[in-house]
Amino acid sequence: MTTRSDAHGGSLDRLLASKEIAVTCGPGGVGKTTVAAAVAAMAACHHGGRVLVLTVDPAKRLADALGLQGIGNTEHRIPDELFREAGVTPRGELWAAMLDTQASWDALIERHAPDRRTKEQILANPLYRNLAGRFVQSHDYIAVERLFEIHATGDYDLIVVDTPPSRHALDFLDAPKRMAEFFSSRLLRWLIVPYRSRLVNFASRPFYQVADRVLGTQFLADIAEFFILFQSMHTGFVERADGVVRLLSDRRTTFLVVSTLESSPLGEAELFAGELVKRHLHLGAVVLNRTLPDYLRDPQAGAVARALGERAEEIAGRLPTDPALTVPLLREVAESFINFGLVARREAEQRDELAPTPDVLASAPAFENDVSNLAGLLSLGETIWG
Amino acid sequence: MTAALAQLAAQRGKRVLACDIDATGGLAAMFEAGPSGFEPTQVAPSISVMSMDTEASLREYLKIQLRIPLAGRIGPLAKVFDFVATAAPGVREILTVGKLCWEVSEGHFDLVVVDAPASGHVVSQLGAPQAMNDLVKVGQIRTQTDWMLDILSDPGQTGVVAVTTPEEMPVSETLELAARIADETTAQLAAVVVNRVLPELFSTPEEAVFERLREPELSSTISDAVGGDVGPVLEAARLAVTMRRSRAVHLRVLQERLDPRVPVLLVPYIFTRVGGLRSTRQVASSLADELGL
Repeated sequence: MTTRSDAHGGSLDRLLASKEIAVTCGPGGVGKTTVAAAVAAMAACHHGGRVLVLTVDPAKRLADALGLQGIGNTEHRIPDELFREAGVTPRGELWAAMLDTQASWDALIERHAPDRRTKEQILANPLYRNLAGRFVQSHDYIAVERLFEIHATGDYDLIVVDTPPSRHALDFLDAPKRMAEFFSSRLLRWLIVPYRSRLVNFASRPFYQVADRVLGTQFLADIAEFFILFQSMHTGFVERADGVVRLLSDRRTTFLVVSTLESSPLGEAELFAGELVKRHLHLGAVVLNRTLPDYLRDPQAGAVARALGERAEEIAGRLPTDPALTVPLLREVAESFINFGLVARREAEQRDELAPTPDVLASAPAFENDVSNLAGLLSLGETIWG
Repeated sequence: MTAALAQLAAQRGKRVLACDIDATGGLAAMFEAGPSGFEPTQVAPSISVMSMDTEASLREYLKIQLRIPLAGRIGPLAKVFDFVATAAPGVREILTVGKLCWEVSEGHFDLVVVDAPASGHVVSQLGAPQAMNDLVKVGQIRTQTDWMLDILSDPGQTGVVAVTTPEEMPVSETLELAARIADETTAQLAAVVVNRVLPELFSTPEEAVFERLREPELSSTISDAVGGDVGPVLEAARLAVTMRRSRAVHLRVLQERLDPRVPVLLVPYIFTRVGGLRSTRQVASSLADELGL
């Protein structure tokens, strides 16, 4: 395992020593959740203090190993025994919480509702349940919202946030702004006017006619009721969303973009990194996960592999093993090296072409087995930390 | 995989429409064509590509179904639409599914292949007509969702193909998707394609030989014969074998827990190229092999 994280002399160690919030983001299926947990575990071990990882959907075996199954929104301390079993004595504490979208929305309503009746009406509204559960960006919003809430408690030295898988990683950045816009929209007021006053002005009438024909009056009335209820919480919501936006652009917040070196996730990761830069958010590091070992690119080893394949019969002749098995075996071994070597060279080229260049560029090797316990997290963490 | 399925169907004489739901233009690139728009454009003989655009879909829907002309009468359509779509969950999904069902019912194409977004989202799309039916009791939408449901519920017309890789998370997501398709939608899971399956390197007797070759004495004999250190080459083969092994476990989990009536198709890892028409062709031909075509 080699440590190669010195693009500009920075390291995750240094970066996280100076930040309070690290948001891991990037395309789906690259091990984002695992990297977030590994980074948090490393920080708890080496920096100390209280470190929280706010995670979305860890692999089941990892969640089981850390005792995360069913902990929901509450923060849960990873017991020190688990660290001892992994052979380390952490300087600080590692905490974890999972993101439960529905429960977080309910808590949000509870906080902002002006009175009990409004709260209950909203919670019972079928549209609300639909909005919280299915509306795609609601997951993105609730993740940042939870972050804001936890950070405001001052309970943690470092919070590592894993972002939910979304169609576009950018949704995560846009979510608070969109949410604020949504609730302060002029259109919203326009939409609920007829249900409030029964006075529809002439200019807006065609819109209601179309909406009525398409959606049906009852449905439109349901929507309106929902928004009239939501209006009462408008100020609280908008202020909150503004606070969330400020937190993301705070100096104490950094973003870790996680990707593999395969071309399609990498393209998405680059797009995301570029967008962070454009929005003046702090692109702290790019973590390249599951990279192939360097020896696959060694030209000398490549030459050996070719010779092995071409002269398989002759070489098998010098060996005491059964030639009928050895000859095809040597050819397969050679072929496999050449194939993986090609992938490794392609990936190395893509690593070099990476733009924009972050302060920290860290690579974690492809592990032979899935990371499924704390020891695994820490050995992944070691490869990207220094 | 969408491109490969389209390619395969076209090779077998079907007129195919491939649809990109995320307007990233990635699908057209698999056929070496420029970015596609909402209007289907032909990218290869018998293959057309389109990108979903819910706003354009709404405009088309209003024009065709309601005969509402678009001249400024309903105000700033884009803004209104954006708002309503955000406010009323399912509107975007219904417009997506509606457009696709419409293309199916119009019969311009024999097959419509859809590159759906991430697995959680596709359930809301397929389930949208049903969810709409539950929310909206009357109105024009109601009659619209009924015919969509007819198309989506007919296994002769609609099938979901789940694509995964032999890794822990993708496999558990696929199993979860299979369950959700059964519970929350009326559509059927037609097949699961496992992409990037690593080749099996050795048979068991070969493996015993391989373990012997890794012993210092024999490896140095080989190193002498080839004139260079064979260590990294053997190490790489061992890595390939363990990677294949740990993936085989996930593949087995998939096969065991999936409804046995759903075929599982394996597509090998392609080492040489990772995009464009070349890899589309290669994947299409592996699929054809798996399907026995």
